Amino acid sequence: MRWNWIDRILRHDPGDRLDAMKVVSLSEDHLHEHFANAPCMPSSLMIEGMAQTAGILVGAISNFERRVILAKIARAEFNADAFPGDQIRYSATLERMADAGASTKGTVEIRRADAQEFKPAGHVDLFFSHLDGDRAPDDLPDGNFVFSDNFKILLDGFADNPEC
Amino acid sequence: MTRDDIMEKVVEVLEDALGADPEDIVPAASLTADLDAESIDFLDIVFKLEQTFGFKVAQGELFPENLTDNEEWVQGDDITEAGMAMLQAKLPHVDLAPVIETKKVSKLAGIVTVDSIVNFVERKLAAAG
Repeated sequence: MRWNWIDRILRHDPGDRLDAMKVVSLSEDHLHEHFANAPCMPSSLMIEGMAQTAGILVGAISNFERRVILAKIARAEFNADAFPGDQIRYSATLERMADAGASTKGTVEIRRADAQEFKPAGHVDLFFSHLDGDRAPDDLPDGNFVFSDNFKILLDGFADNPEC
Repeated sequence: MTRDDIMEKVVEVLEDALGADPEDIVPAASLTADLDAESIDFLDIVFKLEQTFGFKVAQGELFPENLTDNEEWVQGDDITEAGMAMLQAKLPHVDLAPVIETKKVSKLAGIVTVDSIVNFVERKLAAAG
């Protein structure tokens, strides 16, 4: 199962800010159960979208050498839903960074399928732990299982291939 | 800043970091046993203390990390003499009486109280002048 909840990285100021975009599509399975006759993106998955956005921001600081684990949702507030055809923009900024972990603040904005402008839709503040060294359990799998190649491709940008 | 002023801000920090009810954040309340703080919450509390009071907290300054991994300090469930000396030197803000009495690691779990945090902030602010 694919677990990518952002489609593009729009902006990356290393160690400071990362913006990402998600396009909501009716072909996504979860929309057919949430809800059957009124599909909308679950807020929990928007939190995951922000976690991936902010997680890449934090992970990139160590060039993805460290395992960055979502440890705590410090704040999650939403005042709008996202529907098929909408775009969601996640903007994460680094609040604090330490050896043990990092905290981020984030804003969520939504652009309706028929609108020009993004509008504020919520705030998600997160806390990440560095799961390595003395903080890593003995039975963790080898390597960095947090950041798949998909995330690195997202950060590097898609190849500009006219034959695609 | 008076101790009451510090307490007021510490309550705000703990309310925000732990989602605790302000009425439960009393000086004797243990962060882990009474306010349900988990290990990651201590880092959150440190970040918020730094933001609120404008000082920096070194790693392990509020509470020593990886204590039980050090055989010089801990053997089984017993804290060694060297471990007790380290705790007394590094944790002047914490009431170590329950640990001094038993010298058991298990007694360390709930030892950091709201009062410990207020003591810690008071000492940091005094040191900064």
